[in-house]
Amino acid sequence: MTDIYLGADRATDVEAAAVDEALRVRGVDAVVQPEGERLYISGRARRLQRRHFLLPALHALQNATGWISPGGINYVAEVLGVPPAEAFGVATFYDLFRTEPPDHDGDTFHVCVDAACQIAGYDDLAASVRASGGHVHLGPCLGQCERAPALFVQGSGGRPDRVPADEEPFELPQADDPSLRLLRRIGVADPESLESYMAHGGYEALRRAGDMGAEAVLEAVAAAGLSGRGGAAFPTGVKWRAVAAETGRPKHVVANCDESEPGTFKDRIVMEHDPFAVIETMTIAGLATGAQNGWIYIRGEYPLATARLQGAIDAARAAGLLGPDAAGTGHDFDIAIWRGAGAYICGEETALFNSLDGFRGEPRNKPPFPTTHGLFGEPTAINNPETLLNVLDIILHGPENYRTRGTERSPGTKLLCLSGKVGRPGLYEVPFGTSLGDLLELAGGVAGTGELQAVLMGGAAGSFVGPDSLDLPLTLEDTRAAGTTLGSGVVMAFDTSVDMTDVVVRIAEFFRDESCGQCVPCRVGAVRQHETLVQMQKRGSLSPARRALIDEMAEVMVDASICGLGHTAASAVRSALSLGLIASAPS
Amino acid sequence: MTGAATVTETAVTITIDGQPVEVTEGSTIHAACVEAGIDTPTLCWAENLTPVNVCRVCVVELEGSRALVPSCSRPAEEGMVVQTDTPRVRHSRRMVLEFLGSGVDLSQADDLHRWMEAYGADPNRYGDEDHPVERVDEPVKVQDELYIRDYSKCVLCYKCVEACGDDAQHTFAIAVAGRGFDARISTEFDVTLPDSACVYCGNCVGVCPTGALQFKTEYDLREVGEWRPEDQTVTRTVCSYCGVGCNLDLHVQDERIVKVTSPSDHSVTSGHLCIKGRFGWQYVHGE
Repeated sequence: MTDIYLGADRATDVEAAAVDEALRVRGVDAVVQPEGERLYISGRARRLQRRHFLLPALHALQNATGWISPGGINYVAEVLGVPPAEAFGVATFYDLFRTEPPDHDGDTFHVCVDAACQIAGYDDLAASVRASGGHVHLGPCLGQCERAPALFVQGSGGRPDRVPADEEPFELPQADDPSLRLLRRIGVADPESLESYMAHGGYEALRRAGDMGAEAVLEAVAAAGLSGRGGAAFPTGVKWRAVAAETGRPKHVVANCDESEPGTFKDRIVMEHDPFAVIETMTIAGLATGAQNGWIYIRGEYPLATARLQGAIDAARAAGLLGPDAAGTGHDFDIAIWRGAGAYICGEETALFNSLDGFRGEPRNKPPFPTTHGLFGEPTAINNPETLLNVLDIILHGPENYRTRGTERSPGTKLLCLSGKVGRPGLYEVPFGTSLGDLLELAGGVAGTGELQAVLMGGAAGSFVGPDSLDLPLTLEDTRAAGTTLGSGVVMAFDTSVDMTDVVVRIAEFFRDESCGQCVPCRVGAVRQHETLVQMQKRGSLSPARRALIDEMAEVMVDASICGLGHTAASAVRSALSLGLIASAPS
Repeated sequence: MTGAATVTETAVTITIDGQPVEVTEGSTIHAACVEAGIDTPTLCWAENLTPVNVCRVCVVELEGSRALVPSCSRPAEEGMVVQTDTPRVRHSRRMVLEFLGSGVDLSQADDLHRWMEAYGADPNRYGDEDHPVERVDEPVKVQDELYIRDYSKCVLCYKCVEACGDDAQHTFAIAVAGRGFDARISTEFDVTLPDSACVYCGNCVGVCPTGALQFKTEYDLREVGEWRPEDQTVTRTVCSYCGVGCNLDLHVQDERIVKVTSPSDHSVTSGHLCIKGRFGWQYVHGE
């Protein structure tokens, strides 16, 4: 027994078995801490031992019984040595976890209410699920915006999670386009077959990287000018070199597969249909940075992507492409998958580390940066799947060839998530520099009334642009100069039939719901911003004083919040006001 | 935890509001402000706790940094140029104070009143009669005779969690639960304190800046309008229970002890006590 105080509640056999199994598959025995161990000598230091198994254990409880009970918390607390109050604090952080007994026996049907699903009529979907007896939970973006309205079914009673739309046949809008680079294997190679991946050029880049050596890989990535595709556009070569320079501590490669930005589904499609490419590029990152530990943190609403990645890891490990001396490179590298549980903020890299570590997904103050203090406080290279995939071409064809696409300051191609009122919503790959208008044409033009009202660029954390921006070249530098952003690649179109006030009020509500609550500017600011917009909607106008207040609130959120969520929480709202999409006439 | 100077440490020099300030390496910008005599508001910072930099009221402008930085946790580095009184800094501090005042009851957060006045914070300008703003509004938790919890006064500064956890007591009876505006300090499943891991050291009460955690004696006196700090005396003494030698400050009103604190700079306690020193004074009154 540890000296952790546990209340009287005890886990049922079903709960204990579920937790034991979740730990067993991760190679951990469900035994209590040794007698005499004291919390005071461990505390946060315990995380390296067992605390990071907290999230998988909570998932197991939720899935087994539809909630996380006091007895279940106590069992996890005892097995992992986590104080029950802290385990409860973690459990209550996530949308997919319940800490009250469910009022229904079946699965939970999560229906998305964010922009793309809002204008696609999520309420009809919710009504039809309810009519068939399903328990509906209305929630944030599920990352299926191209097939809105979106539905995710969270299993209970041990039943697996599922996405009904995953059973439909899949085809890329640009299938057979020979210019595709990042998407070239999608719909061509069998995502469940290592042989098929190899037959389509798979693992050639890792072999080449092994021959080149770490230093040459770092040079190539830097020379290619690759930058992060999650929104911040940080140079990948700089990040990897910083991790490579760290010595004396364990190092990590983390794939940030927690894309939750409303309108974003690019990484989901990549992971579902080209999972081996994610595994191979992570292995290359491990080789280049000297990291031996690979982690995939994937959002909990992506069951198919999770299964395909796990299948790819298992197949790669069986073939000697992961594990000791991975692929004969002389470098040891392996990968484990951790599932998120419904929290937009966990896509923020330091929040992701805390979540994986087994703490609440609250962002850390930076500096220190992940390259020195990342996962478990150790040097970490963290990239999303799209960024990683670029490395394949850089290794296979060299940085000069890579730079033949895109522009000088935005080399390469970009994945763009087309949704909303376009003819063929879906995932597109175009060279940087393609104009917004050409992209919309490629996606079948504006649907609905056929007349464009606005485009949301970069998601809820991005900003709106008007029809006068169709000539905008989609590059990092041009979007920045135009006061907007590519962000995570969201391009969501709204025709003239859409009530933009509804859309913008929902965006404000999204930030109110998704703020972690840690820092005051965001915790309170996001609430006050939403309240001000609701007030505007009810009145039909926004007074000059209230309009000024929105700017004042935005300023403190941008200036004083801890992380990017607070920094961008007012961005779309302000752009909508500037463009006159909402409440243009003050009363 | 501000990195007090020792002779072996190297010094760094930073510029604050145009004036050079020398502090030991590892000191924070806030410590440098103190050194320079620049009054800086803090809320979630305390000298006996690890900085969590969540309240953001101590933010300053740092040359080269896009956003403002929290002075309480940011280490001073050689050559840094810091501004503490620019329009941006004043705006952020004012808004943070306003936001707090708009959501919780700050009536007993005495330290904050001075700052709210200094920065012109007006928490009442949000919402209107037809559209009241959301506030934290919860009944007071009175679960025992030692201390009460009134979360409608809680600013979520994390101090109590730190004092209960790694920074002092290592009991871990409370944590932050929930998310966003709904986040609250809580035991597991909100069980009562007697049912929780709480050992009643009262160190959470000792660090609470807003009266959200309060001695039951103080709470009872306030309820009947008899809490009179101006009539209280504070007597420093040494705890009589064991040989550790904790300093106690006895707060006495009408010849009765009404609460007990310990100086946060005391070498033995760092401001923290145990249940006996904190709450075990009834024998003094012959009870």
